[in-house]
Amino acid sequence: MIDKSVVGKEYPEVEFEIEKGKIREFARAIGDKNPVYYSEDAAGKEGYESLAIPPTFPTIFGIAGGLAAVLGSLKIDMKKLLHGGQEYEYLNPVKVGDVIKGKTKIIDLFDKPGKAGVMDFLVMETTYVNQNGQEVLRDKCTLVIRR
Amino acid sequence: MAQKEVYFEDVKVGYEIPEVVKDPITETQLVMYAGASGDFNPIHTVHAFGEKAGFGGVIGHGMLSMAFAGQIMTDWVGAKALKKLSVQFRAVTKPKDVITIKGTVSKKYTEDGKNFVDCDLIAIKQNGDKIIVGQATAVLPAK
Repeated sequence: MIDKSVVGKEYPEVEFEIEKGKIREFARAIGDKNPVYYSEDAAGKEGYESLAIPPTFPTIFGIAGGLAAVLGSLKIDMKKLLHGGQEYEYLNPVKVGDVIKGKTKIIDLFDKPGKAGVMDFLVMETTYVNQNGQEVLRDKCTLVIRR
Repeated sequence: MAQKEVYFEDVKVGYEIPEVVKDPITETQLVMYAGASGDFNPIHTVHAFGEKAGFGGVIGHGMLSMAFAGQIMTDWVGAKALKKLSVQFRAVTKPKDVITIKGTVSKKYTEDGKNFVDCDLIAIKQNGDKIIVGQATAVLPAK
């Protein structure tokens, strides 16, 4: 069981650079053949400055950033961990070459009865800011921990 | 292949977004997704670990399912039109599963001079089981 005092806890800032090779690798992995993720020419015809970025590309930032920090600090048993829900709010465009920084905060903790007993729901939020100080993305992740 | 522009005026509440049927999930895809995303939880890639966890083998990444859900929106209106994407996970996927994503426009509105559509999304397996339910918001151009 996780102590309620974790609500409000903030984690150190993490930084990510948006790279073309990673976009192509990610698009291939999700099986999305849309040429805007592979070819700058194709993306240019759709109005992008370089490659477009798949909507769930920020998963990469979440896993290496906030999620790693939260799981490490709370000593959550991975075998009891489930991903309950995920939300992305796209505030401003994220572009190839951007360097974005995000700080994760735990914003809620509550429990709910489930099929296999009471489960803890931990909600973490990360807001990402680009190199110009513009907020670009809000990431809200709900983890479910079976007791 | 330029994407066909979808105009706000042409979209009605209740409109069914063209569905996306993904290729069957493969174990290789889960390895690729682990590498691409950085999610190396062995439950997705190591068969013996998945068996020990009670799944009889590996299971797909939840965020891979969410990526599928995102594709119905990007195929329809493009990545840059998307303002919000959220999902709740309902069931796990396994290799060989064929995932279909369906979506319906639930609301249309104009705010600060921009035209928005809210959509309800659902991803189902070949047997009809829901793997995720979700919502998306996109901004559309007017004619």
